[in-house]
Amino acid sequence: MSHTANVAAPAHIHKDYNGAKIGMWLFLFTEVLLFGGLFLIYAVYRTAHSHDFAEAAKELNVVLGALNTAVLLTSSLTMALAIACIHRAKKTLALTYLGITILCALVFMVIKYIEWSGKISHGLYPGSEFIMANYSKGQRIYFGLYYSMTGLHALHVIIGATILTVMFYVIYQRPNETHRWDVFGKDALNGCRVAILDKDGNEKWGSEIDESVKQVHLKMRYYSTPKRIKHEDYVSLENSGLYWHIVDVIWIFLFPLMYLIG
Amino acid sequence: MAQTAAELSYTPYHRETSAFSGIFSWIFSTDHKRIGILYMISVLTMFIGGLCLGLLIRLELIAPGATVIDAPTYNAVFTLHGVIMIFLFIIPGIPAIFGNFIMPLQIGAEDVAFPRLNLLSWWLYISGAALLIIALFTGDKLPDTGWTFYAPYSTATEGNISLAVFAAFVLGFSSILTGLNFITTIHRLRAPGMTWFRMPLFCWGLYATAWIQVLATPVVGITLLLVILERGFGVGVFDPAIGGDPVLYQHLFWIYSHPAVYIMILPGMGVISDLLPAFTKRTIFGYKAIAFSTVSIAVVGYMVWGHHMFTSGMSGTAQIVFSFLTFLVAIPTGIKIFNWIASLYKGSIELRAPMLYTLSFIFLFSIGGLTGLVLGALATDMHVHDTYFVVGHFHYVMFGGLGIALFGAMHYWFPKMFGKMYNEAVAVVAWALIFVGFNVLYFPMFILGWNGMPRRYYDYLPEFQYWHVVSTIGSWILALGIFMMLFNLIRGITSGEKAEDNPWGASTLEWTVPSPPPLLNFLEPPHVTHGAYDFEAMNKGKKDSKKKKKGKK
Repeated sequence: MSHTANVAAPAHIHKDYNGAKIGMWLFLFTEVLLFGGLFLIYAVYRTAHSHDFAEAAKELNVVLGALNTAVLLTSSLTMALAIACIHRAKKTLALTYLGITILCALVFMVIKYIEWSGKISHGLYPGSEFIMANYSKGQRIYFGLYYSMTGLHALHVIIGATILTVMFYVIYQRPNETHRWDVFGKDALNGCRVAILDKDGNEKWGSEIDESVKQVHLKMRYYSTPKRIKHEDYVSLENSGLYWHIVDVIWIFLFPLMYLIG
Repeated sequence: MAQTAAELSYTPYHRETSAFSGIFSWIFSTDHKRIGILYMISVLTMFIGGLCLGLLIRLELIAPGATVIDAPTYNAVFTLHGVIMIFLFIIPGIPAIFGNFIMPLQIGAEDVAFPRLNLLSWWLYISGAALLIIALFTGDKLPDTGWTFYAPYSTATEGNISLAVFAAFVLGFSSILTGLNFITTIHRLRAPGMTWFRMPLFCWGLYATAWIQVLATPVVGITLLLVILERGFGVGVFDPAIGGDPVLYQHLFWIYSHPAVYIMILPGMGVISDLLPAFTKRTIFGYKAIAFSTVSIAVVGYMVWGHHMFTSGMSGTAQIVFSFLTFLVAIPTGIKIFNWIASLYKGSIELRAPMLYTLSFIFLFSIGGLTGLVLGALATDMHVHDTYFVVGHFHYVMFGGLGIALFGAMHYWFPKMFGKMYNEAVAVVAWALIFVGFNVLYFPMFILGWNGMPRRYYDYLPEFQYWHVVSTIGSWILALGIFMMLFNLIRGITSGEKAEDNPWGASTLEWTVPSPPPLLNFLEPPHVTHGAYDFEAMNKGKKDSKKKKKGKK
């Protein structure tokens, strides 16, 4: 009979991957409901002023909107690829994909800036004299909602890009692999020493392992052990990815509702 | 025998050393028990602030016309009373204090699922409170919109409404994070053998509450953000001059704020379901019925917001549907009340202070609930809408429900939290003052409202004065009782007798650990073998362990 002892970094023991995932999904629910309020308002006013909404939507640049949709969809793909690479412990490739994702976020914001500044320079913004004089009530509401919804979405893009940048740094800093030591058989322990050290490095307790020792029993208190410990603690990257995908999903609804109804 | 040695040498959570010292070992602690105590201090401080404002309102209303403050100040005072009591006291109240301290102990966990997030939500709570105070002192005038921030007044009035609204947004975020944390904790960290239907009903209450916190709070978040956008940029969604509709604000506000009523009351109902078995020494009647009625109140509670707006212009069909759904909520609530009363049958009732609060809860909450049906019925609501009847109903369900449950919980879990006992005789006197004062204060409001006294008015006709005087006298009795209760509890902390591990002979898991609990709660990992209120199994387990010890000797 042989005894197997797994020696792994203790930081892994208390991590609850499923718990972290549940927490993130719950947070995504709140994001959906946050935008849900705005979509509800949109639905109410579009029902009341459907013609005005269609007229006002013609002011938007469908090409730039479609370009931004493509950019965000690409960024979601590279995000998913980055996570897939982390699962396979391909750090450099993962960092490359993550970098492309962040770059896409920047491109999105630049295009957004071009769109917004163009409209604002034409006097198309909530409360402007131009809008109050030349547009009907429904059209004014359309522009109010356009700026509120795409603005809140853009804020989420900025937050998402910041989180991804932090993740980039965290993964960049990590070692390429986590070492695990497996010890097989009681003879392998022969001549070794077990010791407990205090914080100054002084030995509080220690014992030599000789042939009389049959087993080294390490009793620890914890409630759950993750079934598999992989190359990296990638749950934070997965959660960042989930956040990035929700930002993308919200845009997928915003694009047709704002740009394509004209 | 190593076990007994460990029992003697454990360090209580509040003595545990950490990387920080002094006050920093508390305000930077991720221990759920310390965070619970932090919340207790901050929430009760806010409560006393709100209480003083409430006393001021009552004092002003003792006679018609100007009495102690002028009309604009009065508007600001009732706004602040509402904002403080709702956002800073009732909503965080039971979940943040007792949910944090007790819930992990009750399910056999070492801590909540995300301890650092838990600390962050306390800091967000403090930031929200600080922003609110800054908003008071920086604007041209005090916020005077009422706690509901109704548009178009809130989007047009002077004063630092934007900052006050942002403070409410931050507090909402704190509430969301607490809810998120509790759902994950209850799903992931239950001890071996702690099945869903072995959980104490307090945890069921918190679980349902947490879902409402997560799913409803973002809606008010976006609504409040839109008020800020409206004020800052003139977006126009609530402004008829631009093309918007202020009634839409009311809809969005109540989509959150009606479910929020259940955020306030469900944890209180959970507390009552825990206290009843502890002081009747029998299992709760209809455990599953109470658990499921908790969840169904949370679900149905989502769909009744329209009953706040029967007079705001709504189609007849919508009125009837909302009225019907409102009546539906009475069914699970009634199930709870009947189960609680049935739990008293053949129990050995001990009338200790927490039990007195429990019984008052059932009494007061029943009055509050039944008057709610008067408001939910269309015809009677037309008569009493926006009168003192609403104020009376609201205080009976919120203060008579949640407030009284909170006081009961403060007495019940006091020995576990502090390892000390309060003075029982003083506690009973304080309870009597609170109970009497409460009814003298709020019951006249039903009469005033029925006779046509509108809410939020600064001045009134002389014919209403009699009941206003009665009500104001009640407010003094109530305040006296509350201060006596708080004083008694504080005295208990400083110089109370040492409490046993299980002074009430209660059956839930938190009473199996030492008082006060050690840092990681359990000296050895718990294995749950029976339901939360199974006194027979608990006593049998005790006898077995005694036999074992004797056998060993």
